[in-house]
Amino acid sequence: MTYIAKPKLHHPSLVKNKAGYTRRDYEGAVSTLCAGCGHDSISAAIIQACYELDILPHQVAKLSGIGCSSKAPTYFVGASHGFNTVHGRMPSVMTGANLANKDLIYMGVSGDGDSASIGLGQFAHVMRRGVNMTYIVMNNGVYGLTKGQFSATADKGSISKKGVANSDESIDMVSLAILMGATFVGRSFSGDKHQLVPLIKAAMAHKGAAFLDVISPCVAFNNHAGSTKSYDYVREHNEALNRIDFIEGREEITASYEPGTVTTVQQHDGSLLRLRKLGEEYDPSDKIAAMQRVQEGLAAGEVVTGLLYLDAAPKDLHSNLNTVDVPLNRLKTADLCPGSATLDRINAGLR
Amino acid sequence: MPQAIAAVNDFVVKFANVNGSGSASANELFARSILRMGVPVSPRNIFPSNIQGLPTWYEVRVTEKGYLGRRGGVDMMVAMNPQTWGEDVREIEPGGYLFYDSTKPMPSSMFREDINVIGVPLTAVTNATYSDARQRQLFKNIIYVGALSVLLDIDPEEIKRLFGEQFKGKEKLLDSNVKALNLGRDWATQHLDVGAVKLKVRRADNVGKRIFVEGNNAAALGAVYGGATVCAWYPITPSSSLAEAFMAHCKRLRHDKATGKAKYAIVQAEDELASIGMVIGAAWNGARAFTSTSGPGISLMTEFIGLASFAEVPAVIVNVQRGGPSTGMPTRTQQSDLLSCAYASNGDTKHVLLFPEDPKECFDFTAEALDLADRLQTPVFVMTDLDIGMNHRLCHPFEWDDKRDLDRGKVMTAEELQAGKNFGRYLDVDGDGIPYRTYPGTHPTKGSYFTRGTTKDEYARYSEEGAVYVRNMERLQKKFMTAARIAPQPVRYSSPKATRHGVIYFGSTSPAMAEALDHLEEGGNHVNALRVRAFPFAQSVEDFIHEHDKVFIVEQNRDAQLRTMILSEFTLDARKLIPVLHYDGTPITARFIAADIAKKLAQLKVVPFEKAAS
Ligand SMILES: Cc1ncc(C[n+]2csc(CCOP(=O)(O)OP(=O)(O)O)c2C)c(N)n1
Ligand code: SF4
Repeated sequence: MTYIAKPKLHHPSLVKNKAGYTRRDYEGAVSTLCAGCGHDSISAAIIQACYELDILPHQVAKLSGIGCSSKAPTYFVGASHGFNTVHGRMPSVMTGANLANKDLIYMGVSGDGDSASIGLGQFAHVMRRGVNMTYIVMNNGVYGLTKGQFSATADKGSISKKGVANSDESIDMVSLAILMGATFVGRSFSGDKHQLVPLIKAAMAHKGAAFLDVISPCVAFNNHAGSTKSYDYVREHNEALNRIDFIEGREEITASYEPGTVTTVQQHDGSLLRLRKLGEEYDPSDKIAAMQRVQEGLAAGEVVTGLLYLDAAPKDLHSNLNTVDVPLNRLKTADLCPGSATLDRINAGLR
Repeated sequence: MPQAIAAVNDFVVKFANVNGSGSASANELFARSILRMGVPVSPRNIFPSNIQGLPTWYEVRVTEKGYLGRRGGVDMMVAMNPQTWGEDVREIEPGGYLFYDSTKPMPSSMFREDINVIGVPLTAVTNATYSDARQRQLFKNIIYVGALSVLLDIDPEEIKRLFGEQFKGKEKLLDSNVKALNLGRDWATQHLDVGAVKLKVRRADNVGKRIFVEGNNAAALGAVYGGATVCAWYPITPSSSLAEAFMAHCKRLRHDKATGKAKYAIVQAEDELASIGMVIGAAWNGARAFTSTSGPGISLMTEFIGLASFAEVPAVIVNVQRGGPSTGMPTRTQQSDLLSCAYASNGDTKHVLLFPEDPKECFDFTAEALDLADRLQTPVFVMTDLDIGMNHRLCHPFEWDDKRDLDRGKVMTAEELQAGKNFGRYLDVDGDGIPYRTYPGTHPTKGSYFTRGTTKDEYARYSEEGAVYVRNMERLQKKFMTAARIAPQPVRYSSPKATRHGVIYFGSTSPAMAEALDHLEEGGNHVNALRVRAFPFAQSVEDFIHEHDKVFIVEQNRDAQLRTMILSEFTLDARKLIPVLHYDGTPITARFIAADIAKKLAQLKVVPFEKAAS
């Protein structure tokens, strides 16, 4: 598999935003994810959000862990730096990057395996530190890249393609993020761009730890034994799963529904997802009420979506550390090195 | 009285205390007062990995010649811990002295025939003056320092001056400490036969401009001077005091005068995985970043170290080594993480290691490591250990050249990109294996790339093509050879007499080695010595081995890890390299090194029987 560059031909009629860029300028390489994968819809929403926010593409830093979802940063904002780190540990790398240069826009992309299993610890800590970022979990309830094992967000009692029932409790990332101190917490669905794009825009505008849990169906769900496109088949033929030619292309699942209502979406595997969009009257600034609403939804078997919790005046890591206004990576020798005269004084104090 | 050891400015006093009794500062006061008299001292903390109530020792070597390694043996034991009485008494050299609290009389069976016993009723003297329990505990320590100062001829004015510096502005504390000191001095003068103690301190002029500092403190200062702005760490003995010292230095030296804001960021991470992750993220984004840790922390960081190495992101890791494996001996010293650091992570990986010998080099090498990591775009380890890290060492003062600029290595700027310079993130433009990088956010349309731990081509494009992978791996090897040229070079000491024998050593073994070389020379065993200061090894390491018939390799680990690395990096006859290994967790001594090498040299001289007969 090699990198496929998108042709840079621009249609003259493409509309430019205030920053002078067209929507195409926010795209990345051609996706190598399965056609119809929810992750691609989220990438498209990120592209739309960045375009609408008039962001300078090179001011974005995209970081991810490992997984299909973590590959997504290659597919948006191609003119920015990206960092595919190690499995589950993107949050610490993001924290460090943010410490070095607080002026960039940080976009963290992760999967439910990446963030809720191996990376749960780092996920919790990046939220409580208030790193100024937008952290998106592309949540499909499975490990896509390693071919369909349960992730820690898979519902208890759900059945894997192998027919195994999940006996473990699932982790609700939204509840966890609120609990850990994220100051912007929302949930959405990859197919609902009317809800998702504004949420991403709001998250990016937020000056603190913003978290979005985005339900993102995995088309590879509906493989079955005996199929030449099954996980087993693919594994035997020893190719990465996310090759278009091994996975049946599916239509992107979309959903559009009014605030305050419930909609039922059928996933590729036939399973139904009940999404409830919060009503206009919902007040996201009350942390305890937000927790309660999310838990009520869980108890009712619904996935509550929308902006769930917001602290409109958050403190971020840099304000907590009281760092200088200039990004740390721009400080020069003269700013950092106390010089020989000071060293002589230090020496004198050590005799 | 038995024959008494007599020595001026050349003896070892060891304090046996109970952890938490406040003895540490009194013992350090003792050491410093001798230093102020111009006589070099070398103290060692010997403590178990427990917090309170358990035994702790502080060994002070008084050494006019300036031998700063551990000598071995104890001339005077200040036995303040009933729990360890037996072993403490046993450790005293024949003719040595036992100083103890004689408030409660002890049967003579508790002493040894061949040592001199000095009893001072410390508890009684203390209790007669102080009623508060905490005061009693603290001042008892000062009282024994007072008594010892009389016995050993330590100038009390030096001690008072030290009090003055310590309690500047706190006159009450100053007065009460001086009072306790005098209490001990008066008792000793009135009741003891001072002349019977033949260990004496005499004013000398052998300290000069040297400073007395712990390696961790020095390394932390090196990080400040080296321009580190991000420190992410997780507590682990014996490295915690390094991050804490960095914090303290930054508080004094790194706040913007006008705004009071910090020109640094320190994060106590949730674990070592996160601390190295933060370092990598910060360095990727153009800040100078480091972490400090010890063995088990390195184990956790391993996956990330592989990422930094393969994705070519700078990272500085100060590994203050302790006894392993696993949690091993957490408060004892070793040099046993060489292999796990040099080859950390899966796949073909090799990393740069620096081996400081003392606090001065801890300072130099930490600053240097930040430059090297940027220049080489790779992790660099500073391999110190508990012995240097947590003990005060006399060393040359820190130096800094104000003309020195932080060397950020090959970073392509927006101007260069704009001017049309070819940017390929992993392109070997200069033939040294080191590519150019750009910081995120540099240019609107040029120079951005994707960083990943997976294989890629010269333009950072994901590629699993075999030839592309091999090319990249070969470039990384070339870069490693560049590291051998630009890292600190070995230091050579030549024997005054020509010899076919050499010795290689590194790091904290240095002071013991320097003394061992003198002992060997005195015993007619001539050896040339080479102190290795970095991995990858300079060519001169191989040359040195070729110049000699046999080369001893002195290390503080069981498996001869440096020897293994030398054998794996060069093509050599393994029989030439003779290991000299010390790894019980205590710092290696000159006595051990000299005796072991002398023994092995003698064995080499033995002519096999058949040969002799033929
Ligand atoms: C240390 C380590 N362990 C395991 C893996 C294998 N691995 C790669 S991706 C992945 C799970 C990805 O799942 P998720 O984060 O949910 O992403 P998705 O592919 O479903 O988008 C695993 C276990 C790895 N790369 N590194
Ligand atoms: S395996 Fe699932 S998660 Fe991965 S690309 Fe395919 S559909 Fe998406």
